[in-house]
Amino acid sequence: MIRWILIGVLSLGLVGTGVWGYMEHQEKNAILIQAENTYQRSFHELTYHMDLLNDQIGTALAMNSTERLSPQFVEIWRLTSEALSNVGQLPLGLLPFNKTEEFLSDIGDFTYRTAVRNLENSPLTEEETETLQELYIQSGDIKNELREVQHIALENNLRWMDVQVALANQDEQMDNTIIDGLKTVEKSVEEYTEGNTQSSIIGTSSKDHSYKYLTGKEISEQEAIDKSKKIFNVENDENITIAESGDGSDIPLYSISYNNDEKRGYMDMSKQGGYPLSLLVTRDIGENKISLNEGAENALDYLESFDLDNMSLIGSSEYNRVGVYSFLYTENDVRVYSDAVEVKVALDNGEILGLAANNYYMNHTDRDIPSPEISEEEAKKVVNPNVEIQEEFLAIIDNDLGEEVLTYEFLGTLDNDTYRIFINAMNGMEEKVEKLDGTEINYASNF
Amino acid sequence: MAYRRITFLLMIVSLSFFGLQGESSTKTVNAFSSQVIQQGAVGDDVIELQSRLQYLGFYNGKIDGVFGWGTYWALRNFQYEFGMEIDGLAGQTTKDKLVSASNYDEGYVKENINQGTDFTHYGGGEQKGTPSGENTTNTDTESTGGNATAVNVPQGYSQNDIQLMANAVYGEARGEPYEGQVAVAAVILNRIESPTFPNNASGVIFEPRAFTAVADGQIWLEPNDKAREAVIDAINGWDPTGNATYYFNPDTATSDWIWTRPQIKKIGKHIFCK
Repeated sequence: MIRWILIGVLSLGLVGTGVWGYMEHQEKNAILIQAENTYQRSFHELTYHMDLLNDQIGTALAMNSTERLSPQFVEIWRLTSEALSNVGQLPLGLLPFNKTEEFLSDIGDFTYRTAVRNLENSPLTEEETETLQELYIQSGDIKNELREVQHIALENNLRWMDVQVALANQDEQMDNTIIDGLKTVEKSVEEYTEGNTQSSIIGTSSKDHSYKYLTGKEISEQEAIDKSKKIFNVENDENITIAESGDGSDIPLYSISYNNDEKRGYMDMSKQGGYPLSLLVTRDIGENKISLNEGAENALDYLESFDLDNMSLIGSSEYNRVGVYSFLYTENDVRVYSDAVEVKVALDNGEILGLAANNYYMNHTDRDIPSPEISEEEAKKVVNPNVEIQEEFLAIIDNDLGEEVLTYEFLGTLDNDTYRIFINAMNGMEEKVEKLDGTEINYASNF
Repeated sequence: MAYRRITFLLMIVSLSFFGLQGESSTKTVNAFSSQVIQQGAVGDDVIELQSRLQYLGFYNGKIDGVFGWGTYWALRNFQYEFGMEIDGLAGQTTKDKLVSASNYDEGYVKENINQGTDFTHYGGGEQKGTPSGENTTNTDTESTGGNATAVNVPQGYSQNDIQLMANAVYGEARGEPYEGQVAVAAVILNRIESPTFPNNASGVIFEPRAFTAVADGQIWLEPNDKAREAVIDAINGWDPTGNATYYFNPDTATSDWIWTRPQIKKIGKHIFCK
């Protein structure tokens, strides 16, 4: 009797476990399918957008009237951004697909720049038309390759989940048609980028001056350590470690760090001239003792100790016991936005906790600043009449094309919002408009 | 008739007396501390500054204890109207002028702030506080902001962006030295800037297979303050990586391809590359 009861209970348990297991399995499958569907959708959308992109570039080539060309370029620009976001959603982290992404973003940059330009006054140059033709052919090839991958994937019912597994275990032999296909796409783009370097679209997204104005002789490792000890304000060598940067670095650097009981410091120093490009000190910070304003004075003194003169404070913020200050190099009342330096100050004792001067050293040089060709009054007329202008400056900024331009900088308010507006001081073009915020309701009181 | 007139007079006298008393009591209560208050500051002095500017009708924003742009313009307009040097800084002269020109009912303001009500502090009996639906009581008295109900955020980023990035940094690099955490945050930001990656924080972080902490769920650990500070430093311009867009741990990296990227430097356990 007992035996039968036992058998009954156990078999009930067995059935129960089976049902539970089956349900778990179903659930897992459902989630897997969800994920798979998202990947599939992104992939198919990508091929669709590449199709459309190719079509639209072709149409643009055929267009002649400027009033149609601008919207057409905007459309192409929109499509590249859609396609890029599709690529971003695919599980390709381990697969080098960046050439294709770069290619897409090059098309985007090119069409954006031409779309915002007044094509009436400056129509497409011959070179640009050639570039467009090249882009048309290349996008056509990519489109075809992608189409092929898509076809194979559909016919063989390939899954992105398998791609992911295949990418993760590279030694295992699996069916990786998709990977091979995408590698082909990537390869063909790679060939183009070489052929493309002559044309105007590569490398103009932002003009980096890449530290070419750095002066001084190359310093040795020992000199770097001596210099850093002064900057860190430490005595002994024991806790200091130094390393040289690798091939990928923009310029040769020494990275110096030190560690003692209460503090840890880290600094990047350029080999040439031994300039401190970036410095971070971390420690526990006590109660606020000094004000944000006093901190700003410390920061300015600190900058002067590195011969960073003529710096003017343009922004300061207090975050949880530290003050962060932004300075701009200012020459004859012209603020140079690319020569920016940030300083971080502990508000318990006013100690400097950080310096970010890489932008300054990357861009700073003796500039030949021209005098404005239009008057401030004329520039003000370009500004939206609803904006109430409160403060005005002269400033040098990098415009959309990455060129340095002299502008009038207006700080103005519209209702309760503050805007920063740059008007080109040579031709009166509205170069940039930026809404300034910088504060937000504290959603979490422990933030 | 005469009796009535006398009572009337008495009433007026007593009313004005009460009024005066109220006035003088609020005037003596709390004046600013000695600091020069400048844009970006947080705390009780800013609350007082905003309340006084609002009392005089210069400031129409929320009294939140953070010296933002609205407070800055209000202060400059005040300095302009009162014929002072217009510098947007609340130094001693400006503060004295403010104190003599306005009233500050500290108890009323602080009470409303603590109760999380929408309120104003205009002069001329216009003060009113209406209880809002949700009671967002600020119980955090330990933070340096004190009664402040807002925070500074770097231009263009929200607290949620910072939180998300802090999650990623904590999940990826919580065992790393501080500069290693700033470095991971900087890589996320460099990717946002780069044309080959998505152009927003969540896009970069959740890009499939981009970060191991996202793949294995460690991103959902609660980040500590160091991770948040690292993110804010990175947003404010610190980049220990030298403009890297990739990094990997050489001990655990599974991809051969990552070794082909030009390397910039090693911080902690991670190698950073272009």
